[in-house]
Amino acid sequence: MKRTINSTSRAEISLKGIGAADGIAIGPIFVYFPLKFTFLDRVPGMVDQEMSLFIDARASATRELEFLKEGLDSCVDEGIAAIFDAHMTFVNDPALSDGVQGRLNTGMTAEKALIETIDEVAAMLEGMNNPLFAARGVDIRDVGRRILCNLLGVKDTSLESLSCPSIIAAYDLTPSDTVRLRPGMIVGFCTAAGGLTSHTSILARTLGIPAVVGIGQETLDLVQQADKLAINGATGDVVVNPTSDRISHFLSLLDANSKRHEMLKVQALEHAQTADGRRVDVSANIVDLDSAEEAVRRGAQGVGLLRTEFLYLGNTRPPSEDEQIQVYGSIFSVFGDRPVIVRTLDIGGDKPPSFLDFPTEQNPFLGWRGIRVCLDELGLFKTQLRAILRASANYHAMIMFPMISGVEELRRCKQVLEEVKTELRAEGKDFSEGIPVGIMVEVPAAVAVADLLAEECDFLSLGTNDLTQYALAVDRTNERVASLYQPLHPSILRLVKATIDAGHSKGKWVGMCGEMAGMKKAIPILLGLGLDEFSMAPLLISEVKWLMRQLTETRLKDITERALSFKTVREVDDYLGEILSEINNSAGQTNEA
Amino acid sequence: MTQTLDITIQSKIGLHARPATQFVKEAARHTSKIRVENLTNPSPTVDGRSLLMVLSIGVEHGHTIRITADGVDENAALEDLKKLIETNFGEA
Repeated sequence: MKRTINSTSRAEISLKGIGAADGIAIGPIFVYFPLKFTFLDRVPGMVDQEMSLFIDARASATRELEFLKEGLDSCVDEGIAAIFDAHMTFVNDPALSDGVQGRLNTGMTAEKALIETIDEVAAMLEGMNNPLFAARGVDIRDVGRRILCNLLGVKDTSLESLSCPSIIAAYDLTPSDTVRLRPGMIVGFCTAAGGLTSHTSILARTLGIPAVVGIGQETLDLVQQADKLAINGATGDVVVNPTSDRISHFLSLLDANSKRHEMLKVQALEHAQTADGRRVDVSANIVDLDSAEEAVRRGAQGVGLLRTEFLYLGNTRPPSEDEQIQVYGSIFSVFGDRPVIVRTLDIGGDKPPSFLDFPTEQNPFLGWRGIRVCLDELGLFKTQLRAILRASANYHAMIMFPMISGVEELRRCKQVLEEVKTELRAEGKDFSEGIPVGIMVEVPAAVAVADLLAEECDFLSLGTNDLTQYALAVDRTNERVASLYQPLHPSILRLVKATIDAGHSKGKWVGMCGEMAGMKKAIPILLGLGLDEFSMAPLLISEVKWLMRQLTETRLKDITERALSFKTVREVDDYLGEILSEINNSAGQTNEA
Repeated sequence: MTQTLDITIQSKIGLHARPATQFVKEAARHTSKIRVENLTNPSPTVDGRSLLMVLSIGVEHGHTIRITADGVDENAALEDLKKLIETNFGEA
């Protein structure tokens, strides 16, 4: 099967999709189709014929690399151009052709000869002591893959093989597609399918990479491997093969964005407050030491949610007390005397760790998960509590129990905590005696008895992701119904209000660590409802703090009243969207393409 | 006839990536057969036109290599490669 590369210049095409992650990206496209190499064992032809196949494939690969290199802007790192040079040299390396020729002489097919030669050469490089040289094994495998794709007449597939910063164009991306991607190589995402909550969108927002989703399959088919793309992740605009005028326009937007980001970064280090000076806590949701450090850099007042699952998942045994103390301690020390809320192990049947015997459940989200697992596996639970207590001896840590559904459950958790404290006292180990204890409010039942729960703990934190799913009976990963997942649904607003009021009525503070806390549209109403703490992905902090500074108490009161008066999601969403635009415009900010 | 040149690589990253690529490109510009071996970390003698082979002998900063050229333009080949190496492959 022969493939020809289109070498004529292509016309500019303007497309529109859903802006899923803010930002401007300009770059060459990388069309991604997940594909496994399964080819049939065919009977090899004459040695000369097989060699010809290899030589043709090699020539195509070279042309591809030339195109990709040409597609690089001068503003791109020279190092990237050098990588292409190296790849082009590898493709035509005598060692490769000699290796292939030698194997063909023994009567193999071209593809088998190529794969074996690449494996041998890559293994040789990977076996070298100096890591700099060993790393080139990746490059040679990349090159081998490129030649193989040409040989078999298929489009290349692996995201790992990206060697130049590109915009990924795909039908959609799943977590397994992106698990090994190199963030430095992705400058943007553009998918045919997907919405604001699909994996691509969430990943893009987490990485701070612009993304446009839902442009449609027909539109995606218009795009070719060597095309250049400019995307505006705020507006959903996509331009294929932009003219230099269009590029200038995008570049100036990019410039305006980065200037604003610089300003925001500086202001983010100040304490969060409204225009009238009411202070609230803006904290970070973190998962490890790296995100802890990033959180501090981005102006987090503390940590509203330290997820601890990473210590358990992907391991064949649970972490020991000492291992945990080490990890928690290093994270606590990054924050010094600022609060760090540690959520105890929150896992379930959807992503079970290998060392626990999970039942096969019809409905893992309503099954054995969260605090239920810990209360059944007391050994595990107590070890974690011991580690948290001991690590927080000189810091300001707090404990938070997930998925609490009622007073009994909370009392049981507190009882286990007391047992652990007694043990530690008897052992003479240092720990923070008065460590504050709170719960995540995510099961709707907890909202109904939030006042009772607030009497028996120190704080409440709204886990709106799961709360919204449970309350609206929607699985946000289920494509069929994902659009029903709406944090701005009037019912959710009422649940949030009820929780905040209940907590405050008992003199306890109420925070939020679900995604809603970092949702710009939701900020005004959350402030208006009196939320005390907003915990979010570090990347979102500066924008949120900026937004808060634009809002006066009077304005907040009006917005909240109005938003709560609506009967439909649409009305709430439209209204809060208008408010946001007003604020942006009056402050002279605009994201329009 | 064969000509030989022993030379030390001062380039910071040794004979790797871009320097290695430039080396093999320069070698390929000549008709002579070019072979290289690592004297500091003894290695087999390999084809100087193969980037893969040149990388495989692991020439790091400060290593001495032996370049052998055999052919009509063997002297010119060694001269050109020497110049390339002595100017540190165009690095500062």
